[in-house]
Amino acid sequence: MSYIAKPKVTHPKIPRNNLGLTVRDYEGAVSTLCAGCGHDSITAALIQAVFELGIEPHRLAKMSGIGCSSKTPAYFVSQSHGFNSVHGRMPSVTTGANAANHDLTYIGVSGDGDSLSIGMGQFAHVIRRNLNMCYIIENNGVYGLTKGQYSASADVGTKAKKGPANKQMPIDPVSTAIGLGATYIARGFSGDKQQLVPLIKGALTHKGFALLDIISPCVTFNDHEGSTKSYSHTRRFYHHVIDTDFVPPAAEIKAAYDEGEAMPVELHDGSKIVFRKLDRHYDPTSRAAAFTYLRDSVQRGEIITGLLYIDHESGDMHNLSGSVDKPLASIPYQELNPGKEMLAKVMSRYR
Amino acid sequence: MSRVNDVVIKIGTVNGTGSASANGLLMKAIFRMGVPVVGKNYFPSNIQGLPTWYEIRVTGDGYQSRSDRVDIMVAMNAQTYAKDLAEVTSGGWLIYDSTWPRSNLLTREGVTVLGVPLSRMCNEHFEGARARILMKNIAYVGVVAALLEIDLEIITGLLEETFAKKKHLVKQNQDAIRLGYDYARENFTCPLPVTVKPMDKTRGHIIIDGNTAAGLGCVYAGATVGAWYPITPSTSLMDAYKAFCKQFRREEGTDKKKFCIVQAEDELAAIGVVLGATWNGARAFTPTSGPGISLMGEFLGYAYYAELPAVIFDVQRAGPSTGMPTRTQQCDFMACAFASHGDTRHVLLFPASPEECFYSAIEAFDLADRLQTPVMVLSDLDIGMNDWMCPELQWDESYVPDRGKVLSAEELESMTKFHRYLDVDGDGIPYRTLPGVHPKGSYFTRGSGHSKYGAYTEDSAEYKEVVDRLLVKWETARKLVPGPAIKYSKFNRVGIVSVGSCDGAVNEALVRLKEKNIGLNYCRVKAFPFSAEVRDFIEKHDQIYVVEQNRDAQLRALLMLDLEIDPARMVPLLHYDGMPIHAGFVVNRVLAELAKGQAA
Repeated sequence: MSYIAKPKVTHPKIPRNNLGLTVRDYEGAVSTLCAGCGHDSITAALIQAVFELGIEPHRLAKMSGIGCSSKTPAYFVSQSHGFNSVHGRMPSVTTGANAANHDLTYIGVSGDGDSLSIGMGQFAHVIRRNLNMCYIIENNGVYGLTKGQYSASADVGTKAKKGPANKQMPIDPVSTAIGLGATYIARGFSGDKQQLVPLIKGALTHKGFALLDIISPCVTFNDHEGSTKSYSHTRRFYHHVIDTDFVPPAAEIKAAYDEGEAMPVELHDGSKIVFRKLDRHYDPTSRAAAFTYLRDSVQRGEIITGLLYIDHESGDMHNLSGSVDKPLASIPYQELNPGKEMLAKVMSRYR
Repeated sequence: MSRVNDVVIKIGTVNGTGSASANGLLMKAIFRMGVPVVGKNYFPSNIQGLPTWYEIRVTGDGYQSRSDRVDIMVAMNAQTYAKDLAEVTSGGWLIYDSTWPRSNLLTREGVTVLGVPLSRMCNEHFEGARARILMKNIAYVGVVAALLEIDLEIITGLLEETFAKKKHLVKQNQDAIRLGYDYARENFTCPLPVTVKPMDKTRGHIIIDGNTAAGLGCVYAGATVGAWYPITPSTSLMDAYKAFCKQFRREEGTDKKKFCIVQAEDELAAIGVVLGATWNGARAFTPTSGPGISLMGEFLGYAYYAELPAVIFDVQRAGPSTGMPTRTQQCDFMACAFASHGDTRHVLLFPASPEECFYSAIEAFDLADRLQTPVMVLSDLDIGMNDWMCPELQWDESYVPDRGKVLSAEELESMTKFHRYLDVDGDGIPYRTLPGVHPKGSYFTRGSGHSKYGAYTEDSAEYKEVVDRLLVKWETARKLVPGPAIKYSKFNRVGIVSVGSCDGAVNEALVRLKEKNIGLNYCRVKAFPFSAEVRDFIEKHDQIYVVEQNRDAQLRALLMLDLEIDPARMVPLLHYDGMPIHAGFVVNRVLAELAKGQAA
């Protein structure tokens, strides 16, 4: 069960981050998911990303809904608060949490059922608010906990273990997010940690709504021949459009890039995202271009991955609402109460 | 027959023609003469074009509820003329716009019909269609003022205040009032046998609606996050919160907001936002009505089990389903008390007036934080949207919010290990921590089965331990919630138990019954779970009349469930047609029940 703690044995030379913590300090309880589940690889990438960013564990908030994916916050960073909410409603809870305290780092972990079926409304509206959070969809095309029904992200023609192939159109979270105005949109694959870690780091640093759609095969219900969300299918058709490097604030861009291939974008805290484009003509700052490219890739049967779109200038929910800089939850009561005299003045309006 | 300061004026108009300001003006003028008033707005679920009524009860005795009488009908809406005429109490008057002739059939014996050519006069005097329509409504204020001897100077003063920034409108409105006033003085015997005479009974009082008072209460309670989905009749609560925040919650120098309002995509999201915010230490609330409570069900159960504070205002309207959105009822007691699946129960507060909405709001935040559970404030359309005369709201500067058992960084530092759901103090309320405060404070908030340590569990004993402890907390809640308001008449074996907006009607009925030598004791419950005094009161009586505004006797059912009272002792007196209850109903029903008792 998820409360089983992992044994803590660390090598004395294990790397430490800016806080002096090791990657072990960012681990959580032992996973209770099936052996080989893509979600566990994503958990590992998450741990690596928050470790490398040097986020204080208790300043991180882990939010989720219901489903296999939503269990995973128990499996990373035990010293962070977690909020395992109700099915499909993690976005609203995170909105409230962020409204009260915008100083924490929010990771929301969801799945294709949680985000694209029961929670489609909340998924859409949290994007509209440009809530400052990293929103991960662990996308496997099936309902795991209820034993393998198609989800809304199942592709047309994909086959379940039993029964007929899926005939309904899938909802693609990436193109949906482009349409709804998300400001950081990426797709990854649980089997490619090297690509995932910088994508997560960028998503955590980006000030605004960052979506990471991560193909994460379900080994028990959707990893067979004929499935379009299996490990083998994903490996065969996935295509890096853009490799992304994350460069922390004050660090220099050291890697050498060919002319026209690299494109650095500076984030609000001075860190940089460097796009390494495998297609020279791709412009990740153009919403229209990203949408068109994505549509074309579907025609080609490709699963394109990488950071597909970024807009680092739009304000988040608090900017849009005009909130004070201090987290609302930490404003002393004295500053919130207008007092006796003011009430008397207000009363004069109602005489 | 002549009466002073005891008259009911009802005005029938068309929605969207500016009659609201005319009616408000009339009511406020009487209030400023020192005479208590009750105002009720009977409006359609519509923006423009449907019939709407406003009723002003002038009550020198200071009663709080509407009357079942209409003395003066201002029938401005030809569409409802016949209905309006039928509603006038015998011996009363009807004023209509005589610009267009009316059939003789549309008169009634015992009702004096007074025609005033309002449209013609306004068309001759004012330019532009809009002004003519609006001024026609202001002009009837002048007619009523002349007939009842309402002080014109007070009306002028009110106009000057209202249009302080649009001076030209003062003149226009004054002219319109003059047209009506002069016409009435010249053509009718003024005043009528019923008049309004100055008194000194409104000093220290205000006229305010419950939603405004509740919104103001949220500001004073220190709420910083408000989430909502607009729904009649609760919308004006968030409007009020927003308006007061704009005034009082701006950061000096930057003008930035010390509040955050989230207009959510639906009520499910609204309550989700509230829970996220309280989890993170803010005071947060959501105003809604019955349909919103239905949608919030799952999250309310979550908050009960995961033990998160939340404040929900349910401004009740007539159900079931969409029901009648602009009509009042007290029909959500059961839905709120047990909102959500599983063994779930919630703390409810029942304000009876706008004044109590203000104080209940503050109390609700304190209770929610103390008990770490949702607290629902059950107002209704009558309290929430109608203008009530009530004592000025007072603020006690010594008030300190009760934020409940929240561990600080220092406290956590000194602890070996923190466990979320331990009953350390024996009151059933565990200690909680806020994210971001201290690494030792972290825990996993979940709606799934958990042990007292906060860990996931499917173990029977561990599960039971937590849900049983929640019952201990429930008994603590019973001691913390406000007790009932009890009035003993004299030794009597019969009593009334009632709730919320029935209070005015019950109090007035008690006076009327006393005049017939029937003295009843009265207990108004203010919260659920019911405190010990409620049980004591009921147990002292052989028979209890439970007065409430719903079909299914929901308060009575709650009393049975929570206090295990014998149903045979509680007779339901139910008013549920969507209009606010009035004293006549209570008197008649009590008399009928007493007669039954004697016959038996």
